[in-house]
Amino acid sequence: MELLSLSPPGWGGNLLRGLVNSLQIAFGAFGLGLVIGLFGAYGKLYGGVVIRDLLGIYTTVIRAVPELVLILILYYVGTDLINKAAEAMGYGRVEISGVVAGIWVLGIVQGAYSTEVLRGAIQAVPKGQMEAARAYGMPALLVMRRVTIPAMMSFAVPGLANLWLIATKDTALLAIVGFSELTLETKQAAASTRAYFTFFLAAGALYLIVTLLSGVVFGRIEKWARRGQPSLRAGQSR
Amino acid sequence: MGLDDNLAQEVGQNTANDAITVTDLHKSFGTLEVLKGVSLTARKGDVVAIIGGSGSGKSTLLRCINFLETPSSGKITVGGEDIEMRADGSPANRRQLERIRTRLAMVFQGFNLWTHRTLLENVIEVPVYVLKIPRAEAIRNAKVLLDRVGLGDKADTFPSFLSGGQQQRAAIARALAVDPSVMLFDEPTSALDPELVGEVLTVIRDLAAEGRTMLLVTHEMKFAREVASHIIYLYEGLIEEQGPPDEVFGNPKSPRLQQFLKTVGW
Repeated sequence: MELLSLSPPGWGGNLLRGLVNSLQIAFGAFGLGLVIGLFGAYGKLYGGVVIRDLLGIYTTVIRAVPELVLILILYYVGTDLINKAAEAMGYGRVEISGVVAGIWVLGIVQGAYSTEVLRGAIQAVPKGQMEAARAYGMPALLVMRRVTIPAMMSFAVPGLANLWLIATKDTALLAIVGFSELTLETKQAAASTRAYFTFFLAAGALYLIVTLLSGVVFGRIEKWARRGQPSLRAGQSR
Repeated sequence: MGLDDNLAQEVGQNTANDAITVTDLHKSFGTLEVLKGVSLTARKGDVVAIIGGSGSGKSTLLRCINFLETPSSGKITVGGEDIEMRADGSPANRRQLERIRTRLAMVFQGFNLWTHRTLLENVIEVPVYVLKIPRAEAIRNAKVLLDRVGLGDKADTFPSFLSGGQQQRAAIARALAVDPSVMLFDEPTSALDPELVGEVLTVIRDLAAEGRTMLLVTHEMKFAREVASHIIYLYEGLIEEQGPPDEVFGNPKSPRLQQFLKTVGW
């Protein structure tokens, strides 16, 4: 147990640092994914032919390729491109922070899935809701902010909760590019102490705690998003 | 709509008293021409009821007036101001259209209340976020309006927990909250159970009595005859017959209108 203590020689502190890094990336990637997803969904629904086709390629390719491969491609190609660009503009090679790279890479992956979740949710909102807003003189952005987004939330939250949980676990894939998130920290601790079982069990418990807490948070969000909708369960309609 | 039919047909005779003028309105969906040149005028205080069979274009006509449907050609004038249109009929000036829309309040067949907001929030939404009226003032007005349609005790209830009749009355309160110059009713009772129709008609009747300008698409012939100052009978995208209610219902000239009135059990 002393192996897990927070101060050296225990490795608990390393694990927690890994967890914080993982969560940071998951948060950032999920948020970036949401932004991409919102633009993507609107682009797919209301965009012109070119935008629709480009987004179609984006969501198809990202969702077709295994995430591990995508991470390798986006990470190495991405950093390479940035360095080339930096050199071309007369700067030296730039050091790219693991967190930022992780957020971008996973965010682009999340964005493809978010696009589809949000597109489905927007389409599930009865057309009359937006029509009423337009009929009363709301400009397009106000319709989006005051009507479409709040009204689609109840349809989007279950799918988005899935995406968030996937985001927390996809951070583990960043171990392959040497980013010290929870899984890599765990592996290092385990390898140094040969206590594989202890450390991977501990890491598993940390992932589980994140999932359970997320469940509580998303439960609240969903309850809020579904305000105004009668429950499907009989007798609880109010 | 004036009592004189010729006046209604006349183009470009907008006076300050004309709330809405529609001039030679055409609308096609693909190859299907739904409106084939409709003109009408509603003066301030007029209640114009638009009747006609299914597919006659009456809802499309109403929805073209606030550009929920883009007309193919024609002209819409609201309070003396032409809505700017491109050659293909699409609105040329978004901001102008949005400004004019705030003066045209629409009541829909399916209510279209915002389900994620309470009745009070529904009623203050447009005043606060579009008309920029201070929230406290908007809430005060909204409570008066909800009281007026008999829903004062339901202000904090979400629409889905109410009957269709209550929802439609709330939708009318939402319409009144913008103090519209013209109210557009698109079959306001068609989605209601028969026993709920009356409560909505009562509210509309009161509005007509206080001199609200209204365009009313309806299947309620008795009601149309009672509240309207002018009746328009649409047949296949054209005005087949129009006039004062007593004339149109009491002495229909067109065989199609006679047939229609017989079908609806007049």
